[in-house]
Amino acid sequence: MRIVVFTRSTPDTAAKVEVDASGKVTWGDAATVVNPWDEYALEEGILQAKNAGGKAAVIAVGPAMHDEALKHSLAMGLDEAYRVWDASLENADGLAYATAAAAAVQKLGDAELVIFGRESVDVGSDQHIYQTARKLGWTMLAYVSKIIAVDYAAKTIKVEKMLEQGRQVITSKLPAVISVMKDINAPRYPSFIGIRKASKAVIPEWSLADLGVSLPANGAKIAAYRNLPPRDTKFEMIDGTPQEQAAKLVDKLLEEKVL
Amino acid sequence: MSAIYVWIETFKGKAAPTSWEAVAAGRSLAASMNAPVTALVFGENAAAIAQEAGAYGADQAIICDDATLTDFRLEPYAALLSQLVRQHAPSAVIAVASSRARELLAASAADTDSALLGDALNLSADGGGLMISRPAFAGKVLSDASANGGGTVFVTLRSRAFKAAEAAPKSIPVESVAPALTEDQIVSKVESFEEESGTVNLGDAAVIVSGGRGMANNPANPPAGYSGDAAVWKAQDGFTQVLQPLADVLGAAVGASRAAVDAGYIPYAHQVGQTGRTVAPDLYIACGISGAIQHQAGMRSSKIIVAINKDGEAPIFKMARYGLVGDLYQILPALTDELKKRLGK
Repeated sequence: MRIVVFTRSTPDTAAKVEVDASGKVTWGDAATVVNPWDEYALEEGILQAKNAGGKAAVIAVGPAMHDEALKHSLAMGLDEAYRVWDASLENADGLAYATAAAAAVQKLGDAELVIFGRESVDVGSDQHIYQTARKLGWTMLAYVSKIIAVDYAAKTIKVEKMLEQGRQVITSKLPAVISVMKDINAPRYPSFIGIRKASKAVIPEWSLADLGVSLPANGAKIAAYRNLPPRDTKFEMIDGTPQEQAAKLVDKLLEEKVL
Repeated sequence: MSAIYVWIETFKGKAAPTSWEAVAAGRSLAASMNAPVTALVFGENAAAIAQEAGAYGADQAIICDDATLTDFRLEPYAALLSQLVRQHAPSAVIAVASSRARELLAASAADTDSALLGDALNLSADGGGLMISRPAFAGKVLSDASANGGGTVFVTLRSRAFKAAEAAPKSIPVESVAPALTEDQIVSKVESFEEESGTVNLGDAAVIVSGGRGMANNPANPPAGYSGDAAVWKAQDGFTQVLQPLADVLGAAVGASRAAVDAGYIPYAHQVGQTGRTVAPDLYIACGISGAIQHQAGMRSSKIIVAINKDGEAPIFKMARYGLVGDLYQILPALTDELKKRLGK
């Protein structure tokens, strides 16, 4: 039995990201890191696989740059890594991603739980998560802040979800796809031995033909990336005693009509 | 042209006010697409909420007031939405990108193999196709996206990116439909719900007051015999005794930096930034927050940013419209008093 985690490599959070003259998104020579939300998913994958006495597998859908995130995952302690790539997935949207991701889970055959981090910061989206669940025909439990109980024999799962208005406890059926929030766990750092082992790992690459799936005809297409319009750089320092600062600030905010 | 569907999000029998932003976005497409705006209202009190949607600009409504839809659960909601999309092939399905809408529209787009344009900051219909701009790479760049192929296009909108119309009550025709799933076909059961009382939702808030590491510089001291970390006590006390009163007088939501959350000063639900919430209020007051790039990712779209920090060199001042250098424990109470006086509260 497997627990499957999805991850990807994203530019370092402190990197300056911009669109160059040819319209490509670049982040200079900044490193890529594991998508920040995925660290929690990877940790949960390790914990859940251990509890279940199963294996933790990690999958990335994307070109070779995502091997870095996969190797980081192996170094953390996940058992096996796979990458799905196909020329037709270039600029894929969430629906195409989900179609490939679901097929990869099905190819592994024995997964009961699929874990994603809350969103991917590069594409700035989470739609692929929910769409992977629907393509699999599995239960979707999003924004999970705690797995309260999971019973692989009875195929039940009980989780706490974090919504805008508060926390919801929900019970459901396995197999399931979950997306996890930051407070679910404290991700471990890769060990030295883990890093050495992972650096030698050969990661299998699956094409869409290997997965026996083709992409839907409809989808979102990115026409162009653009840099942000320049921020209004007007800045005003408000000085004085705390009372004077407060009074001047309130004047300004009333003028700005934001109160 | 077939209808533009707008999903009206509800909670405990009331519409989420952000839903009216989605109705306005649908309305803005209606003329160029020559299509009516149909409000979709599922769950408790749907008939009354449908009329409310009419006041905000919907032409008609489809409702399903069924016990299986009282609490939002993805399975019955997505099954019903997907069924409606298959039956009627609307030209678009629009909602504000709340937690629930993100799941619902993505799921239904997958069920029907339809395009989804997510987190739109703007929306236009050019030559029949829909086009949006959206943030990418943690809000550091924008992307323009359109829908490939044909069929229904699903669109989620960044909250507060579209402006709701003024309500103008009118009566609209309503069609009532049966749910797509019965309770015994739904595997997810809600066991309990713990509401975070007295807090304003960060995503919808027009004003946010956020605290950071500087909250630990509280001059108040823990009671005698307190054995925990004094900095944590000081910061927690500051959030409830100093920052919350300011938020209350402003009707603001309380946010926090990752540093404050990681140090245990305030629960994670308040975190603004890359691994927290992305917000775009009219006014964002950052108190004792240095302004790490991860924090900026979550709040850079705020209209007016006020930075209050004892370190005049803090990066947050580079984003701010107004800067106040000083002790937040002196400035915030003064600001709260001044606002009470000026706003007549």
